[in-house]
Amino acid sequence: MRFIVNGQHVEAVFDLRTSLLDLLRDHLGLSGSKKGCNQGACGACTVLVDGERINACLALAVQYQDRAINTVEGLSEPGALHPLQSAFLEHDGFQCGYCTPGQLCSAIAMAAELSRGVPSAVTVDLAAETIALSHDELRERMSGNLCRCGAYNGIVEAITETFSPQKSAQEAA
Amino acid sequence: MTPFTYARAQDAQTAIQLAGAAPAARYLGGGTNLVDLMRETIETPDALVDVTGLSQAIEARDDGSILIGAAVKNTALAAHRAVRQHFPLLSRAILAGASGQIRNMATVGGNILQRTRCLYFYDDAARCNKRSPGAGCDAREGFNRMNAILGASDACSATHPSDMCVALAALDATLHLAGAEGTRRIKLVELHRLPDDQPDIETILRPHELITAVELPALPFAARSTYRKVRDRASYAFALVSAAAALDVAADGTIRDVRLALGGVAPKPWRAFKAEAMLRGAPATAAAFRTAAEAELAEAVGLSGNSFKIELAKRVITATLTELAGGVA
Ligand SMILES: Cc1cc2nc3c(=O)[nH]c(=O)nc-3n(C[C@H](O)[C@H](O)[C@H](O)COP(=O)(O)OP(=O)(O)OC[C@H]3O[C@@H](n4cnc5c(N)ncnc54)[C@H](O)[C@@H]3O)c2cc1C
Ligand code: FES
Ligand code: FES
Repeated sequence: MRFIVNGQHVEAVFDLRTSLLDLLRDHLGLSGSKKGCNQGACGACTVLVDGERINACLALAVQYQDRAINTVEGLSEPGALHPLQSAFLEHDGFQCGYCTPGQLCSAIAMAAELSRGVPSAVTVDLAAETIALSHDELRERMSGNLCRCGAYNGIVEAITETFSPQKSAQEAA
Repeated sequence: MTPFTYARAQDAQTAIQLAGAAPAARYLGGGTNLVDLMRETIETPDALVDVTGLSQAIEARDDGSILIGAAVKNTALAAHRAVRQHFPLLSRAILAGASGQIRNMATVGGNILQRTRCLYFYDDAARCNKRSPGAGCDAREGFNRMNAILGASDACSATHPSDMCVALAALDATLHLAGAEGTRRIKLVELHRLPDDQPDIETILRPHELITAVELPALPFAARSTYRKVRDRASYAFALVSAAAALDVAADGTIRDVRLALGGVAPKPWRAFKAEAMLRGAPATAAAFRTAAEAELAEAVGLSGNSFKIELAKRVITATLTELAGGVA
């Protein structure tokens, strides 16, 4: 079966029971995506498929043939950092780092959802054309990514600085 | 997981044929519930028929109705402009469920047919009449905070966990079904059965019957509607109690029409027909809402750990309708 992972075409032979997460980690050697709960409850396995965030642990790999899959390994060129990765470093957006790959992928897709105008459970005006990345919006939209170390404050700051720099500057002032 | 074959169907006819060829075939949507249950060997299909290739169209028609393909993703439905404008309770219900990641994977058909989250259903070391008919039920004396207070039986108190379905019940949605015997339409509120002494039979679907679409009939007053969900944490948790409601109040303050459905309290999305009937023609006041809520919950029965839900449900109903009537709640 063929997959497009971080821009590369790859072929893999595997048991149909293999999840997308196990395909990435065990068959393709991409161990950046993490297995926390293996049941959709923590977000450590979040990857991007055609730019949308999903939980790779709940996905059967066979369903994602020929789709463009991006993992934390593909967020930037080797040796370089995505701006969100730099912001995580700057704001201490992690302690042990186990949840970080999932947080990064999730936040990048979350920002894309926001710019497409996808509402959330805390969006007051569903008719709004544009939705600002308020503190409440950010926390609600990122609620699918848990952090056992409780690095949430740094995570929120890093995401805010990267995707809502104006707001971040206001808060600092 | 037990082994299975996999095939992808691009249309309903092919899906039904593929499923018909394997005795224990299952349709596969986003897999967010089915894959989890297969991993726990609670579901053991011998064949998976992937139905994510079925219609992903959302058709907003001139008459105010909306036709939703069964493979539409939860995120896409919640974000659709016509849904947000004409049926905000549906957008809000979907957005109140699960996480951004799961809503991107989950399909409308899969959401409707997701199975209960009762802890004992998931734990194969426990007794569960739904999983193994006749085995008994460990929820009755166990951790039953999440379990049902309406429509349950001695055999089973598992709830239907969907948020989206609560809004669909309030909207009187119709399901388009297709199976070996042809196509038919049923109301969403008729789909799920109450457990009685057969909690393993959850719906009135025939073997391998497929949901192909969901139809929302026009309901102009649903433009004024909402969804309120009470849960153990602020996000990413199943409902303890939830309410989907739409309210149409006349200039003189009487209720012209109302829709109300409850989640987290019953084995199926619970349309509050009793409360609705009492409220039509009544004044749109908190007192009237409370009286109707009392009537709807009159037959509620609490278990060792969930009796609080009876009062909670009354308060959620009263607060939701009061908010829609323009008061603060
Ligand atoms: C951690 C977690 C938290 C969650 N929290 C919530 C929550 O707060 N609120 C909520 O509402 N939900 C919640 N969910 C559940 C989630 O909404 C469902 O898992 C999802 O909607 C199922 O959709 P799916 O397409 O992935 O279904 P699948 O898992 O693919 O399928 C589910 C069932 O539907 C059947 N099926 C699928 N499509 C069709 C069709 N077209 N016709 C006939 N049968 C079909 C399958 O055979 C299977 O039996 C949560 C899930 C997880 C894992
Ligand atoms: S490992 Fe996938 S959500 Fe936890
Ligand atoms: S940094 Fe340790 S789990 Fe988040």
